[in-house]
Amino acid sequence: MTQVVAKKQSKPISSYLLRRTKVRLLSILALPMTWIVGVYIVSLFLLLITAFWNVDPFTSLVSPGFNLENFKMVLTVPAYIATSIRTLLIALSVTAICIFFAIPLGIYMAKIAKPWVRNLLAVAITLPLWAGYLVKIIAMRLVFTEEGFFNWAMAPFGIRGPGFSIPIVILTLTYLWFPYMALPVYTAIRQIPPNLFDASSDMGAKGFTTIYRVVFPLITPAVIAGSVFTFSLSLGDYLAARFTGGATQMIGSIIAQNINLNPPVAAAYSMIPIFFIVIYLMVARRTGSLERM
Amino acid sequence: MKGKKLAILSALSASVLIISGCSSGSEDSSGVSIEVPDIPMHEAMGEFEGELNIVNWSGFVEPAWTDKFTADTGCKVNPRVAGTSDEMVTLMRTGQYDIVSASGDAALRLIVGGDVQPLNIDLIPNFSDDIAAGMKGNVYDTVNGKPYGVPIGRGANLLQYNEDVTGGAPESWDVVWELDTPYKGKITAYDAPIYIADAAVYLMYHKPELGIKNPYALDKDQLAAAIDLLKQQNQVIGEYWSDPVAQITSFVGGNTVVGTSWEVLRKFAGKENIKTTLPVEGSTGWFDSWLVSSTTKNINCAYAWMDYTSKPEVNGAIAVNFGMAPANVAFCASSPEAQAHCDTFFAEDEEFFKRIWPWTTPIETCVDGRKDVKCTSFQDWTNAWATVKG
Repeated sequence: MTQVVAKKQSKPISSYLLRRTKVRLLSILALPMTWIVGVYIVSLFLLLITAFWNVDPFTSLVSPGFNLENFKMVLTVPAYIATSIRTLLIALSVTAICIFFAIPLGIYMAKIAKPWVRNLLAVAITLPLWAGYLVKIIAMRLVFTEEGFFNWAMAPFGIRGPGFSIPIVILTLTYLWFPYMALPVYTAIRQIPPNLFDASSDMGAKGFTTIYRVVFPLITPAVIAGSVFTFSLSLGDYLAARFTGGATQMIGSIIAQNINLNPPVAAAYSMIPIFFIVIYLMVARRTGSLERM
Repeated sequence: MKGKKLAILSALSASVLIISGCSSGSEDSSGVSIEVPDIPMHEAMGEFEGELNIVNWSGFVEPAWTDKFTADTGCKVNPRVAGTSDEMVTLMRTGQYDIVSASGDAALRLIVGGDVQPLNIDLIPNFSDDIAAGMKGNVYDTVNGKPYGVPIGRGANLLQYNEDVTGGAPESWDVVWELDTPYKGKITAYDAPIYIADAAVYLMYHKPELGIKNPYALDKDQLAAAIDLLKQQNQVIGEYWSDPVAQITSFVGGNTVVGTSWEVLRKFAGKENIKTTLPVEGSTGWFDSWLVSSTTKNINCAYAWMDYTSKPEVNGAIAVNFGMAPANVAFCASSPEAQAHCDTFFAEDEEFFKRIWPWTTPIETCVDGRKDVKCTSFQDWTNAWATVKG
């Protein structure tokens, strides 16, 4: 008995928190909330508010104020509109290609491959993540230069690469973000009970029908989760365009160009990808897959 | 994300930094008067403060010459490398740095913005007759007769070409501007608003009716003509470069046949068939100088640094390390290697540099002396540049 009392006294903080649930909750959440509000939300807010500020045309100095000129510019200058649309299409293409390759690969890895092949493929998919992001972009640049690996390897077949252009940007971004799609899709397919495939085939469904009617509905949440990564990361990227796009300009290129010269325009323009992603998430929510994620 | 936050922070501090002092504007011999905040200059040398925070181009501040400086003066050197002129301006406006190695396109912005102070040349004995004549008193760092900068070195934006493909040096910049260029899709151009000046240089020669007298003093119509030319170039361009490594690999890898380059990039490319030339129209170039922050706490270290780096041997070491023409031409005679370096980079060739327009920030005051029109500012150039690439 005395032992128990002694134990209780030795933990005053625990016994204090045990009785006060609100203090307990607060102490658990204090650190993450400080982080989210203090570091994340506030800095994002500071960034977006700059979009309404003025720039001194003489010295490029930024001063607080309120004007909508920057938004007008972002929404009316043809070059900006073209860049927004181009970036959106690039991001959608990257996402579509990632989905297109991730599903068959996931099915093969989860259901067909021998364990050692599966492990080998898992390593092969994740291995590029170990290399630096810039290193991978430069590697793609070197592969697709005029006298680079691609043209050398394809020369016997009379095929030449397209040179630095939008297709190469899409390819590079697909290469960069593919693991973020492949891994959730693979995990989701692994969780599908094998007897569903048997049942589907017993009912006379061919391979593609099974994928379309059985696999796809079950892995939609994983595909959406993966696509949020591939889509939003592609929208924000600009180094791929700079190094492998030739004269291709993306939203990020314009933001990067303006970040020192005209921060308010950069801030206003950064609303465009945010807007695209909000629309994307709303569409995803419509399909109901966000709830099942 | 980090970059954005940084920009906001610097924007905030910049707005605090705007100096309340009244403006002064007096005319100098060139007839150009520019309104600048009135900032007093350093009167006499005092105690060394013990440290010096430098914003510099890569290769300008190296232990090979900072160690001796620190030993001599006790000023510990803290370098911060910046990648572009715009980044330099942003960094200087944070108020955390004492001195910057600014190119002319950053210098005038900093001077007009009150971010840097006029210099007392009497306190810099090495700023002597040995400094190349073409680097003294230029409008980008000498305003209303007051010097704001101490020259470091200079280089030209040359036309680089792959001789295997072109079969000789192109005589004109037309190979990078005109739609009928034989090198469509294999052209590279510098990726910054200041490149508009290169279009203006081309127009000065080929369309005299536009009346451009200085590529950095463009009125609205002249800027529109330059932008039209850039948009035309956009149809034949292969790549814009801002990263030197990307430009070098592009030439070496065969993606680019002609385009803007620096002598030092040609050297790094290291191929016999990749050469540079200065076409008949002339070109633009970068002339770098040390500028001292108006809010520096280490003024004596800053002056000591400018004097030290103007010595022939130190100035030469910087120029060799970076790959440019040294400002102090006394370096050239110091050894055969130094002479070879000077010859490669045209250090003593004033005739060569007379054909080069040093990068200068465009401001509303026309730097060509026109008073009847307002010229376009760097902000206009930035906005216009964004429309070029589409």
